[in-house]
Amino acid sequence: MTIREPKNWRPFLLLIPAFVVVSFFFLAPLVDIFIRSITDPTLGIQNYEWLFTTPTNMVVAFRTFGTSFVVTIVCLLIAYPYAYLMTIVSDRTRNMLQLFIMLPLWTSILVRTLAWLVLLQDTGPINGLLESLFGIGPLPLIRSTFGVALGMSQVLLPFMVLPLYSALSKIDKRLLPAAANLGARPVTAFFTVYLPLSRPGIFAGSVTVFILGLGFYIIPALLGSSKEIMMSALMYQQISGFLMWGHGTALGIFMLTTTIVVLVVVNRASKGANLFAGQVK
Amino acid sequence: MTLKRALGALAVLIVLWLLLPTLVIIPMSFNSAASFNFPPRGFSLQWYENFFTDPSWLRALGSSLQVAVITMVVATSVGIMAAIGLSKIKFRGKALLESYFLTPLIVPGIVIAIGLYSLFLRFNLLGTLPGFVLAHTVVALPLVIINVTASLQGVDPKLEQASATLGAGRLRTFFSITLPLIMPGVTAGALFAFVTSFDEIILSLFIQSPQLQTLPVKIYNSVTQASDPTVAAVAVVAMFTSVLVMLTAQFATRKRKRVSA
Amino acid sequence: MRPEIPTDALDQNERELRQLHLNTEIISVINDAGISLRDVTKRYGKKAVVDAINLVIEPGEFMTFLGPSGSGKTTTLNMIAGFVSATEGLLHIYGKPVAKLPAHKRDIGMVFQNYALFPHKTVAENIAYPLDRRKIAKAEQKLMIADALDMVRMGEFGDRYPAELSGGQQQRVALARALVYKPRVLLMDEPLGALDKKLREWLQKEIKRIHREVGSTFVYVTHDQEEALSLSDRIAVFNNGRIEQVGTPASLYQKPETLFVGRFLGESTVLSGSMVNSVDGMTTLDISGHPIRVPGQKNSTSLAILIRPENITLYEEGSAPESSAVNTLPVTVLDANYLGSAWRCEVELPDGSTGTVREAHSAVVREPGARALMRWHVDAGVLLEDTGEAGASLT
Repeated sequence: MTIREPKNWRPFLLLIPAFVVVSFFFLAPLVDIFIRSITDPTLGIQNYEWLFTTPTNMVVAFRTFGTSFVVTIVCLLIAYPYAYLMTIVSDRTRNMLQLFIMLPLWTSILVRTLAWLVLLQDTGPINGLLESLFGIGPLPLIRSTFGVALGMSQVLLPFMVLPLYSALSKIDKRLLPAAANLGARPVTAFFTVYLPLSRPGIFAGSVTVFILGLGFYIIPALLGSSKEIMMSALMYQQISGFLMWGHGTALGIFMLTTTIVVLVVVNRASKGANLFAGQVK
Repeated sequence: MTLKRALGALAVLIVLWLLLPTLVIIPMSFNSAASFNFPPRGFSLQWYENFFTDPSWLRALGSSLQVAVITMVVATSVGIMAAIGLSKIKFRGKALLESYFLTPLIVPGIVIAIGLYSLFLRFNLLGTLPGFVLAHTVVALPLVIINVTASLQGVDPKLEQASATLGAGRLRTFFSITLPLIMPGVTAGALFAFVTSFDEIILSLFIQSPQLQTLPVKIYNSVTQASDPTVAAVAVVAMFTSVLVMLTAQFATRKRKRVSA
Repeated sequence: MRPEIPTDALDQNERELRQLHLNTEIISVINDAGISLRDVTKRYGKKAVVDAINLVIEPGEFMTFLGPSGSGKTTTLNMIAGFVSATEGLLHIYGKPVAKLPAHKRDIGMVFQNYALFPHKTVAENIAYPLDRRKIAKAEQKLMIADALDMVRMGEFGDRYPAELSGGQQQRVALARALVYKPRVLLMDEPLGALDKKLREWLQKEIKRIHREVGSTFVYVTHDQEEALSLSDRIAVFNNGRIEQVGTPASLYQKPETLFVGRFLGESTVLSGSMVNSVDGMTTLDISGHPIRVPGQKNSTSLAILIRPENITLYEEGSAPESSAVNTLPVTVLDANYLGSAWRCEVELPDGSTGTVREAHSAVVREPGARALMRWHVDAGVLLEDTGEAGASLT
């Protein structure tokens, strides 16, 4: 009798344009730099050898990871109370709080960095304030890793607040009074009940901030010192400055791999946390 | 309730820390003196005048607008198709495909940037309009897909079936039924795409050429050589454009309430 | 009210059908039918959700697909609509093969359980939608929309939005929208499932009235057997992807051909047993040691007798008048409910299973635990193969 083949192929047609764009302008570039990293100037892994054996590279990598890590912690400490507040206020206030967090994301990172440049410069208002209040001479707030960390923290804060709030809002509010009922002091209840339950949010926010921080270019370039550069600047230096494509791309692949590894590891860890989270909607 | 008060005070401080610094450039741009000193002295519009009369700045602004508008159109069309296609697939590979389109969000921009620089170098695409548009589309696409998908989830799948029984083919059903119902998500996505392209700096830095420089690129290049606050005026103009467009996008998503029965 | 099919289209159909080596008789059945399904099968992987269905729906009839969920009735409806393509088989609507025809070209109407009204259009715009597709002039559209709304008694609601209407009102608008362009076939997928009982009953009457007025072929899917019995010209009972029986409500109720159909429609008392003998069209079964006679003959080892509760009477032990035209069976009363119009008793049969008895008036109040005698005319029993269908009726 008549056999008809399923018409399921039609949706895939719709996906072709997106697939083409992402493959040619996202995947292909990544493949390209991978190829360069093992073929420039000659076939082999010498670029990776250079990467791991040159001390300056390791210093830069350490500085980059370290800064990202510090920024992650700072963001976590600031974001947690903010996100918690969002869970206990009225709907209207919560929407307002959410708006304020999203607002900075609407301005470009360049503009925000410019602003920090103006604020932190030697003749800037912050230094002026420090001088008039504490009589401290102009501090090198810019052209320093401190300035970079400060700028990064401000820019990345929303990326910690939003996932954190998402997780905190799912924690059953009755658990804290229940713990109090069972004799726990508020501080104890927080550390033994609330904090563990918020782990998925902490993981999600931290991983986002950390990964985004690793790849930052603009902020370190404008607020940092040329003697204390991050991996992104090192990549730029190798490629644009020394035309050492092999070195630069190897650094790029290294950063990419690190990002993936962090993602996978934290994903696994947070899945384990979820098993015990006992989250109630 | 004192905890709430304390947290509230802290929240205020955090919001100030988030928003105030950026606002610094506004008074800066009206400085009558040609310096970056803060607080500025006097009030002058000369830097804005500089911006709007300088051909190189205007060219950069024009390029940015041109790229952003075209990116908006391309990313939105491609994104709508992708979101609809994804909504109709039911097998297990769907999550994988979805993640594939969203990955550009999580990969460090600098890595994509040097990749595009490398690729564009090979194919002579540096500083070309198509190159810029497609590079920006890659990072704008996830936002369009996320927004349109969210809207699509609120649409009853039986509506498409009903439309078919009433005699409407697939295309007619899309334009008469589906599109009007997902308009909030489409509008939000389109505007997000515009802003993403307009503000895009890291990819643009690497794929620029003297022929095509977007506004953020020129701002960046000017910062290091800045001798007067014109760059601040430009930054203010750019900032207001982005905020205005994003506010419109927020408004568009609020309108969702009326249509969903 | 049968629309004309252009002659040359008919010839092409005939040619195609002849190519499939179907004989002239079958071809004429297909051509005369409203909807014809021949060996229609739908497989997902290895599993046949619809298994070689053969059905002829007459033009203008009200056919109901009845069955439990998962029985294949909705999938079959979706195949007629064109949302699902058949894996095998021939599907014809008014003589035209529709396998290659997409849903929007089949000129059918459809009504859904969740109404599926376009939320961004008014009631009038919803109804105008199919008319726009058919390029009907605006002036004429206005008349047709007004007529359609009158037919479902929603004349004043043209400017409202679906969100402003109740469920019953929305479903009426959906009906108007599906019928305004006078399709030859109207499909309804459990349209009253989301409504409360009173509304459902009222809308059932409306749907019946509209069917008489419009005259199109109606195909109705439901799992509610009461609904099926009251609405349909004929019912097709679905089970596990197959049609167990097709017939008028009366014939299905009084002469079910399988135990599933008997149990699914209405209440029943089923006696299981083994054959003793079968002589002159009368079979005797051993029901827990009692010889029970039932008309008919079946070649099977495990047999059952199905009796409708209203055909059974209960008597005190020992007081039932015996005769060769009746059967009796000793039972124990489990429960007795007074329904106003009748007494409904649950009784325990000799083998431990439960039976139901319905009596219009009962002189004796049945006490739980009392022994009684069940009595019914031999002719009221229906002999069926015992396929082990589960206990109490599946309403």
